[in-house]
Amino acid sequence: MGRAKLPRKSTNIDMTAMCDVAFLLLSFFILTTKFKPSEAIAVETPSSVSSKVAPNKDFVLVTIDKDGKVFLTIDDKQKRETIANSLNATRNLGIDVTAFKNASFVGASFSGLKSFLAISEENRKGDQLPGIPCKDSTDNELIVWMQVVNEAYAGAKMDLLLKGDNVAKYPAFKNVLTAFKRNNIQKFQMVTNPENAPAGSELYNKSMSGEKQEN
Amino acid sequence: MAELDTSSGGGHKKGPGVKKGKKLSTRVDLTPMVDLGFLLITFFIFTTTMSQPTAMKLILPDDKVKPEEQNKAKESGALTIIMGDDNHIYYYEGQLKPDASNFLSASYNGENSIREIIMKKKVQVRSIARDPSDPEKDLVIVIKPSSKCNYKNVIDILDEMSINVVKKYALVDIFDIEEQLVQKSDANAKSSSN
Repeated sequence: MGRAKLPRKSTNIDMTAMCDVAFLLLSFFILTTKFKPSEAIAVETPSSVSSKVAPNKDFVLVTIDKDGKVFLTIDDKQKRETIANSLNATRNLGIDVTAFKNASFVGASFSGLKSFLAISEENRKGDQLPGIPCKDSTDNELIVWMQVVNEAYAGAKMDLLLKGDNVAKYPAFKNVLTAFKRNNIQKFQMVTNPENAPAGSELYNKSMSGEKQEN
Repeated sequence: MAELDTSSGGGHKKGPGVKKGKKLSTRVDLTPMVDLGFLLITFFIFTTTMSQPTAMKLILPDDKVKPEEQNKAKESGALTIIMGDDNHIYYYEGQLKPDASNFLSASYNGENSIREIIMKKKVQVRSIARDPSDPEKDLVIVIKPSSKCNYKNVIDILDEMSINVVKKYALVDIFDIEEQLVQKSDANAKSSSN
């Protein structure tokens, strides 16, 4: 019996289209990847279930590194200028206002501020700097800093952030809190990494039932 | 698509003596290229950080309020959590007994975790609540970090408050007697683990 021969089809698939898609996606991901800017102060933040995104502009950030050293970052350049001027006026520091305006963070005592500002920006590394003295209530320069910051922000909204390292000891955190409390700052936010609420917990059940998290 | 037209255009025949060159296929196998492409895509997908840092709100109590104006916690609804060195954690319910018999040890996660203890306490407070509209009114958790504990411990416990939806909690300075107890227990835990 003669059977009709099926024409043999080639198993070669044209890969070009797939290749196009692959490289399109590739270029998308390459272009959208933002590499973490190398941070002057290395801090590993703990995680929390909070879902509120930390503000990324107009903030005042107090950083506690792993040795408990305290650094202050003021985001707004204009405010930095105001603060430098008022420090020069009230405490007679004689610091270079332009240098202070361009410094991304402060990490030295008032007496060491001049030499701190003399270091070039890229050489200011958290682990080599002394940090703002904030040991106990008698020797707590952060109180003065917060006071000056408060004055500079008088009337304007200030987002106060606290970023602490996992292994920083509690006394360092407490001294920062003291500085806040002394200036009647009762509200602030702590920078954390996001984390999901553990399954089975009350918050988890709440979010599953569609209730909004309050914070 | 991925091939070039190599056939010589038209029917222009070469002379009789001229040999025809063998036609080579210009079809390129794109499979390895696609493989490489997807490999890179996976790499970039995994290295892209989508997560932005979040912020946790904390409102501090006003220290200047006189002690007699401060809220008093009911003993039945109070739970004190003390964080010690090296991720140790302790708690007691109500007031600390003079012989410290209710000073107990817990852990951050796993067995006997602080979460279970908070949940148990909540159930207990609910069972004896007199006001049915707000059964958890009496529950107050007092957080006392010792000088040895680290920042992560404090955040973890504050986070535990939001995980367990505890409405009333306070970050309070530790008493000397508690600090000593913590030090003793920490030392015990260390010697027993060695």
